[in-house]
Amino acid sequence: MKVTFPHMGNTFIGAKVLMEDLGNEVILPPKCSKKTLEIGTKHSPETICLPLKINIGNYVESIEKGADTILITGSCGPCRFGFYSLMEKEILKDLGYDVDIIVFDPPDGRPMELLRRIMKAADTKNVYRILRSIVRGGKILEKVDNLIEYSNKIRAKAFNSFKVDTIIDNFYEEVRNVHGMEETSKLIKETRTKLDNVKIDQNKKTLKVGIVGEIYTIIEPFANLYVERKLGHLGVEVDKALKPSSWVKHHLLPGPFGSGEEKRKWKEAAPYLSTLVGGHGRETIGSSIIYAKENYDGIIQILPLTCMPEIVAESILPTIQKDYNIPIMTLIVDEMTGEAGYQTRLEAFVDLLWKRWEEDNHEELLSGS
Amino acid sequence: MTYKVGIPQGLLFYDYYPLWKEFLNELGTEVILSKKTNKTILDQGVSNCVDEACLPVKVFHGHVCDLKDKVDYLFIPKFVSIYKKEFICPKFLGLPEMVKNTIEDLPPIIDIEINLRKSNLNLLKAVIKTGQYFTSNLSKIAMAYNKALKHYERYLDLINQGIVPIEAVKMYNLSLKRNKSFNQNNLNIMILGHSYNLYDEHISMNLIKKLQSQDINVLTPEMIDTDQINQHSSRLPKRMFWSFGRKIIGSAFSAIEEKSIHGIIYVSSFGCGIDSILIDLVERKARENSIPFTLLTLDEHTGEAGVNTRVEAFIDMIRWRGKDESNISTHG
Repeated sequence: MKVTFPHMGNTFIGAKVLMEDLGNEVILPPKCSKKTLEIGTKHSPETICLPLKINIGNYVESIEKGADTILITGSCGPCRFGFYSLMEKEILKDLGYDVDIIVFDPPDGRPMELLRRIMKAADTKNVYRILRSIVRGGKILEKVDNLIEYSNKIRAKAFNSFKVDTIIDNFYEEVRNVHGMEETSKLIKETRTKLDNVKIDQNKKTLKVGIVGEIYTIIEPFANLYVERKLGHLGVEVDKALKPSSWVKHHLLPGPFGSGEEKRKWKEAAPYLSTLVGGHGRETIGSSIIYAKENYDGIIQILPLTCMPEIVAESILPTIQKDYNIPIMTLIVDEMTGEAGYQTRLEAFVDLLWKRWEEDNHEELLSGS
Repeated sequence: MTYKVGIPQGLLFYDYYPLWKEFLNELGTEVILSKKTNKTILDQGVSNCVDEACLPVKVFHGHVCDLKDKVDYLFIPKFVSIYKKEFICPKFLGLPEMVKNTIEDLPPIIDIEINLRKSNLNLLKAVIKTGQYFTSNLSKIAMAYNKALKHYERYLDLINQGIVPIEAVKMYNLSLKRNKSFNQNNLNIMILGHSYNLYDEHISMNLIKKLQSQDINVLTPEMIDTDQINQHSSRLPKRMFWSFGRKIIGSAFSAIEEKSIHGIIYVSSFGCGIDSILIDLVERKARENSIPFTLLTLDEHTGEAGVNTRVEAFIDMIRWRGKDESNISTHG
């Protein structure tokens, strides 16, 4: 069995460690590229959202490298992600690929079915071993998330911010070639040391921007056109409201272990949006309020075109912008997004934030001019 | 003093209007309807809504603008779920919030949450809460609801007999007897899509009337028996968790498998997330059973002439197919 899974930011590192720990062979899909998206766009329904198109591209590229089993997670609505597995099966069947697709749906009243699928994917019936590997994969994922978060901080203050990009690029290259938990953690540690050696300007004033929105487009750098790097080069510290490791915590760990953060977001969002709207619509509202309360300078919402939950959030965000006096910009991405226009909008937004900062802090200099 | 309660003629209007109207009337309020969708309402909706929303949601915002200065209350219930373990479209879940945060100077909104995902008891709660806006007499509320329910059942009955909801809305409370039977010699065309797209004459550009005037029997998802819908939609490998999806998939699959239709026209609004999945599923099924399928995608820029041309071409093609047994020359 040669296993593969779609890309979603750093998740591939955690999933790779998990599967390798169980002794399975993993075929990683090549890094998301224009080609990936082109393959996906060609074979997917026109109006489906961006993540499915990228997923299809990932599968085709992995299958060409020899993968025969695809692992994906599912959901039971109301966001259309719940139907991804069904659509993807049909599309791959149409393309003539004979692959096994294992879907991890929420139990929905049939917990044994989920367990059976997990055992099939893990290729073992030893529940203890599976759990141990899941914990290990989760730990690695958290470490990688922390590493990337750290790199975002360094990038904003570094004298040469592109050095950070090189180190992170190298990390993503190398991580494909290492095996198992030990080697991966070692690589993470080494990369962290490299980041520590990047010269930074301690006195540099940076802005803080929070990224909210649809989880896939936030997490997968290819989908958001490397927004954290672009902002980092402009001297902005970026924080993302959703991270792969927190997603794992929300969805895989029950009740008291992981959902504290999510509950806080729901509580903050309640005056504006009291019920769920699917996806992470309610979390987008909640995170925006939390960022505003933590004195961030600005918020950027990112969503794929036609994303239903985020459109609801988008129409509520202007009220939050007014109530909390914090600029919020919405960026919509799809296969037609042009990089130059995107960059210009980011620069304009950051300029606006600097102007606001100057007005707040150097009023005496500006007045009288 | 009688309160004026405004009901926007959009979204779930054709699904529930008789129920809402009779219920609110029985409670002693006056129901005010917004005008039928027209250019002004559409324009108002477009300018008062986020750009990314779909056409029917924009139109709904337009209806709210039309009503807001004329009424004491706006009736925009928050529909979360109308069936066990199912949802409505995410945009409906946040509809009252979307309206509140984009349109200014609104009258109070009756935004009772209707959530039957876990238990049907919540319906009772929603009914009582709505009633309590106008009276504290519980038995009056119960009586009003029961009366409204009778009217609503009659409405559903009419639709089941093959009467298009646009007509049924006008006649459910008249005691007219009308038996409309399908003419066997005509073409049977199924029009799929959400009720708020199909029956809104401005959004769908009068598609149903246009087809009927060409001696075509029009079949819509609302006319298919609920048991059949449930039976066919449950054959999907994955449980359909959207109520709209269940209705559209179930009715389409049952009509396709019975071979009772000659073609399918799917009317979808641009950017509809649910449709992006449903269209694909229906199209695959139609192709397997060689039933012609066409898709009309609508948004605020759609021109009527283009839609007419496409529909006419589709109907011509089906007529030729009947005449020439699919032996259509590729040279025209």
